[in-house]
Amino acid sequence: MTLVKTTYNRRSFFKTSLAAGGGLLIGFNWLASACTSDTPKGLVIPDEWFDVNAYLKIGENGLVTILSPNPEIGQNVKTSMPMIVAEELNVDWKNVIVEQAPLNTKKYTRQLAGGSDSIRTTWTALRTAGASACYMLKKAAADAWSVPVEEVTTELGVIHHKGSGKKAGYGEFASAAAAVPVPEEVELKDLKDFRIVGNSQKNVDGLGIVTGKPLFGLDYKVDGMLTAMIVHPPAFGMTLKSFDASDVKTMPGIKDVFALKVYNDDYARQWCDTSSFTELVAIVGNSTWEVMTAKLMLTVEWEPFTEQKFSAAGWGGNTQDVTVPGGLESTTEHKKKMIAEAAKSARVVRKDGNPEEAFKKAAKVIERTYTAPFLAHSPMEPMNFFADVKEDSAVLVGPIQSPEYMAKTVADRLGFPLEKVEVQMTRMGGGFGRRLYGHFMVEVALISQKMKAPVKLVYSREDEMTAGIYRPMYHAIYRAALDADNKLTAFHVKMGGIPESALHANRFPAGALDNYLAESWSVESNISVGAMRAPASNFNAAAEQSFLDELAEEMGVDPIQFRLDLLKRAQENPVGENNDYDAARYAGVLELVREKSGWDTDSQGKHRGVSAYFCHRSYVAQVLDIVMENGEPKVDHVYNAVDCGIVVNPDAAVNMTEGSVVDGIGTAMYGELTFNNGEPEQNNFDGYRLIRHAEAPRKIDVAFVENEIHPTGLGEPPYPPVMAALANALYKATGTRYYHQPFIKNTFEV
Amino acid sequence: MTIFNLKINKKEYQVDVDPSTPVLWVLRDHLDLMGTKFGCGMAQCGACTIHLDGKAVRSCITFVDSVGDKEITTIEGLSENGEHPVQKAWLEHDVPQCGYCQSGQIMSAVALLNENPNPSDEEIETAMNGNICRCGTYTRIKAAIKTAVNS
Repeated sequence: MTLVKTTYNRRSFFKTSLAAGGGLLIGFNWLASACTSDTPKGLVIPDEWFDVNAYLKIGENGLVTILSPNPEIGQNVKTSMPMIVAEELNVDWKNVIVEQAPLNTKKYTRQLAGGSDSIRTTWTALRTAGASACYMLKKAAADAWSVPVEEVTTELGVIHHKGSGKKAGYGEFASAAAAVPVPEEVELKDLKDFRIVGNSQKNVDGLGIVTGKPLFGLDYKVDGMLTAMIVHPPAFGMTLKSFDASDVKTMPGIKDVFALKVYNDDYARQWCDTSSFTELVAIVGNSTWEVMTAKLMLTVEWEPFTEQKFSAAGWGGNTQDVTVPGGLESTTEHKKKMIAEAAKSARVVRKDGNPEEAFKKAAKVIERTYTAPFLAHSPMEPMNFFADVKEDSAVLVGPIQSPEYMAKTVADRLGFPLEKVEVQMTRMGGGFGRRLYGHFMVEVALISQKMKAPVKLVYSREDEMTAGIYRPMYHAIYRAALDADNKLTAFHVKMGGIPESALHANRFPAGALDNYLAESWSVESNISVGAMRAPASNFNAAAEQSFLDELAEEMGVDPIQFRLDLLKRAQENPVGENNDYDAARYAGVLELVREKSGWDTDSQGKHRGVSAYFCHRSYVAQVLDIVMENGEPKVDHVYNAVDCGIVVNPDAAVNMTEGSVVDGIGTAMYGELTFNNGEPEQNNFDGYRLIRHAEAPRKIDVAFVENEIHPTGLGEPPYPPVMAALANALYKATGTRYYHQPFIKNTFEV
Repeated sequence: MTIFNLKINKKEYQVDVDPSTPVLWVLRDHLDLMGTKFGCGMAQCGACTIHLDGKAVRSCITFVDSVGDKEITTIEGLSENGEHPVQKAWLEHDVPQCGYCQSGQIMSAVALLNENPNPSDEEIETAMNGNICRCGTYTRIKAAIKTAVNS
């Protein structure tokens, strides 16, 4: 067992009645159904709940409610986080109800969906919460039975004392346990004793989802609520000049039309305050369709700006001035700029050995260019949020990945103390990073404040797809030097992007090569960008792992063995000191995928591509098989080998990996957002192509490396490498190398 | 504004709305039936799929004045508690990730199986191709449809 210190403060005895806390369970208000999981069949809701700690409460009948602290975006944390608590509490999962916790920075740490870090960063806190509650139950029973607590054991919601034969359900001692002082230290279970973690449990919202319950932000509603939409400039580089709402204001159901300024001039924006358009027009009315109809009739004049300045607050609290350039940009111009910039030497980020010399001496130099376009996140649920702003307090409800940070922005903009802004998180209809940037929360708060009414802000798909915060546009040149014996002697990557580069200078193959050079460049732009699933990695992996494939072919070696040889070098005699990855774990997933895909035994006649990547502290290797049907390539089978440490909810982890594979194939094949005169040329799914049923792989296998390493990320790591596995398999199937995304075009011609 | 009498999930409803209002917004804004989702507003994503007399239609482009006396079925009308074979198959395969598109996926799958109780893989792909799942649960959806076929 592991002994850990508990970290939360003693909370005074506190019980909630059915009407107060438990009222959430019976679903008379919209939030109730949005926040509480499916109630297991046949369970009786207790009359009283006893808060044992911030993560759980126990009813007098033994039913347990576990609060899931982090925002649920589809990554399954609303199921897997409570599983970890339940494991240490030693309760039957069947007797657990899950409730989405609201934002509460005093009770919970890092209520954020991002960086594939929800489980990793809360693993110990969640275990401690369950274990300390379990101890408090045992202590309460031990005191009542006058026996030493050390002699009391628990078994699936039942407390035992072997010596006296005494036995009681958790419910009987819930009240007393809530009064037991929180222990300073608790013992955590041995991993081998786990019976919930590591065993697949169904999505706690599954029944609600398949029966159409109002779980999402867009489903949230209160009496007297108004609906609002915003109008933003049609092009990057433009801002609001004027508008005429006289006709619109008289349209049926329309309450008001007004201009909105998202941030005050002197506000130092946080990282999550990315916002392409800060001067908006808001239209408010009774119903969505009335507002949508009125929006089409609104006459707005926009004008180009020369530049925009604001200050931005860094993580360390330092503020810096940011200047957004003016101009109406286009994709053609972006490509020209990239080609010009990539031809120059760039900022050296890492250099090992003497790469210049090695390239000079090379018998052969291989150089390839890879590119990828801007992408729109496009979660299925368009951006939306609810706000009810009163004189001196505000309640906001909706889908947000970064509630802790956005609460600060909202409080600042409204001029309220932070504690006067309450944020409730609904289930999110996807996010992929888009919902880290919650400008829509500020917008709806300002609209509600002005209207003196509860308001739900709804973005149309077009509003969202043309509002910015995209995955940047990337460009990379990879070069390799081979000597007369066809041995790799130097490696060079020059990576750039608009408006930022994707370079990870310290990742593989850095550390495995004596002569290595990594350079980075960027071109400024007024097109706003933000984190999208596996930021930067989502291009790096595609480019680098394709290049390694071509290199292996050129050198006449097996692409898996080629990588394993490099990793062996990185493990035994690494070059440099700042290598991000663990070469042994990296090699482990390659070995595993080699075995599972039958790479050495079953590759005859198959068009196979391999790829492996490390990001978000996890390792994924993939083999992708393509079959040719009627002259067209079809992805048939994808094998995944994943090392993300302990797997909490295996079937959900498989689902997440399958989804990442599908998403990665879709991104690489079809994803592209282009611009003309500052305007996005795609604004809905007729122009912006997402992967569909018929294009998905026929079969996806997932194998996990079994180890006892604390869980690392999974929401992002399987996404980047599959793009290269696809490119490499496509090459085998068609004889064409795929350098430029989207692969259906495979060109970077201007 | 015009009064419309609608038959939804075997119940009668009366709404007073503009005739150009899409059924999607009648369901969501006026009748609090939130299971039908807004995704694109132009019949490109399938999140708003409902049945009109058993046939799958996109409610975001189906105007309320075009419904007449046809029967509307939404996800809420499939069953009381998820007992419909397609819903059960979805639960068995634990299909959803974010879950937002799934009621539309289920409605398309039910309409498919009503017409074609034993579809081939290709027929499933064709029938379901109008429903986007941004999380990429396509392989599970197909597996769930096959399970529903066999139940």
